[in-house]
Amino acid sequence: MARANRLPRTLDRALVTPEGVVLNVRLASASARAGALIVDLLLMLVTLGLLTWAVGSVLSDRNAQSVAAVIWLLGFFAIRNLYFIAFESGPRAATIGKRLMKLRVVARDGGRLTTGAVVARNMMREVELMLPLTMLAMAMAEGGGGGTLSFGLAWAAIFLFLPLFNRDRLRAGDIVAGTWVVENERRKIGIDLIDAVAANDDAPSFSADELAVYGTFELHKLEAVLRQNNGSAIEAVAATIRGKLGRTDWGDDRVFLEAYYAALRGELEGGLLMGRHKADKFDTA
Amino acid sequence: MTDTARPLFAVRHFRAEREEDWARLEALLDRVEKRSARRLTDDDLSELPRLYRATLSALSIARETSLDAALIDYLEGLSTRAYFILYSAREPMGVKLRQFARFGLPKAVRGIVPELLVIAALFFASALAGYFLVTADPEWFGAMVDPGLAAGRDMEASAETLRVSLYDPPGQSGLEVFATMLFTHNSRIAILAFALGFAFGVPTLFLVASNGAMLGAFYAAFVPHGLGWGLTGWLMIHGTTEIFAILLAGAAGLHIGRAVAFPGSRARMAAASEAGRRAAKVMVGVVGMMLIAGLLEGFGRQLISQDLPRYAIGIVMLALWLVYFFGGRRGARE
Repeated sequence: MARANRLPRTLDRALVTPEGVVLNVRLASASARAGALIVDLLLMLVTLGLLTWAVGSVLSDRNAQSVAAVIWLLGFFAIRNLYFIAFESGPRAATIGKRLMKLRVVARDGGRLTTGAVVARNMMREVELMLPLTMLAMAMAEGGGGGTLSFGLAWAAIFLFLPLFNRDRLRAGDIVAGTWVVENERRKIGIDLIDAVAANDDAPSFSADELAVYGTFELHKLEAVLRQNNGSAIEAVAATIRGKLGRTDWGDDRVFLEAYYAALRGELEGGLLMGRHKADKFDTA
Repeated sequence: MTDTARPLFAVRHFRAEREEDWARLEALLDRVEKRSARRLTDDDLSELPRLYRATLSALSIARETSLDAALIDYLEGLSTRAYFILYSAREPMGVKLRQFARFGLPKAVRGIVPELLVIAALFFASALAGYFLVTADPEWFGAMVDPGLAAGRDMEASAETLRVSLYDPPGQSGLEVFATMLFTHNSRIAILAFALGFAFGVPTLFLVASNGAMLGAFYAAFVPHGLGWGLTGWLMIHGTTEIFAILLAGAAGLHIGRAVAFPGSRARMAAASEAGRRAAKVMVGVVGMMLIAGLLEGFGRQLISQDLPRYAIGIVMLALWLVYFFGGRRGARE
């Protein structure tokens, strides 16, 4: 496959299922990824705070001191290393932050997301995130350790902004694990707009010439307007279409548009069955 | 109107006939995502793939025959969701772990043997170099060993100080805290060695070499006092596990670095991800080994102060690891 075909400039990617159906997925934007990461880091910080508080309140008891220390050390280790791995190897393949941003992790080759891949992408965080953070903290504690500070910042910048420098929004962990992060938004099934017309007996009807004016592109725009149901937009679109058709029946705008939508869709879908696809109003083929 | 009535009816019919299936698939997916896959009945489980295929085929039909953009959008979203869940075949965690321990981990380790040999050679060569350098010029000791870590065990230390550091039980109690600290600290270093492999493996090599040199420098401090044998026992009880784990982590990092630098006939990205997944499996094993090494070092070494049992435990552990990683059937399935 040519390189040019492989790297589209948008975030839309096609995924072919083993059944041979193309599914279009959209990669998560860098801002959504950053938002998810911030939520996750805050959650980890809060959990760590709670753990420290709980351990601290036990610590007053002399006998339990070493147990508390062990619990804290193991808890810190678990939060730091297992938080991302545990959530991403679940059925949703997303941390809490990613869930909030409606994202999920997916294997780049369309295959299944193995635990190995999840471990690989999250262990890389140790150099991407934890190491520069530790370096920054160290530089701050030492007070103006210029060398460490600037090195840490440069390091963090390279890895932090890596997703912005490739079209697939991959961070180092994604490269190593062969994963990427896609949007996983639930879409609701809308009402079928032609139901309204079927229920309405006095809907206006249209001649074949009037239905030959527009194509699929305009039909989809009309559908969007009807679904948004914005009063002024419906009024404007109805006026435009009436003008184009040269009709003067001034009934209710929405009823008129719904009837025209149903009729036009019927016409164009009838054409599709016959192998005629009319892309837009300029398409005369 | 008459000539548009027929397709209108057909399209509405198409949706009405299948809508129930889509809603049912959606409900099943919701239940799977809420981690209650086990609560699905057998009927549900056999229903899931059927509904997925039905939805997928409805999507294909809708794309060709329907101009309802919202419907196609919905079907595409639903199919994608179902696809991700169905093709991420989820076994229960227990089964997965058992499979991993029995087949996955040894196979992954066998996959990085070339890197393991390189790392081991580098480690022991650096140890030798460290030993001879420090023997020739004691000034080198300070360059190779962090003074905080040496804690007085340097070239000027008396034989008595060194002997005490090997055999005397530690003054303070709290072995469990010591063991836990060793575990978390060593795991972090191992993960770092792995993750740094991304930069063509260069930092990983550096990390391994500096650890090897440090080991050599310690030998240079102990051997002149006739404590070489004792130091070996002191190291061996946990070292056969810990150093083995560090070498594995270094090898895992180098494995990624090698795939990134020399992908061979595969695409660079494909090579990197294949190597990354295998190396990550090794790393899960490394963290487990570090846990055992932490216990051996924190408890075993502090409580057992004779050379012979120390050697025995070290050798037995090494043999166990070698048999576990390399003793299995080569053709064993994953």
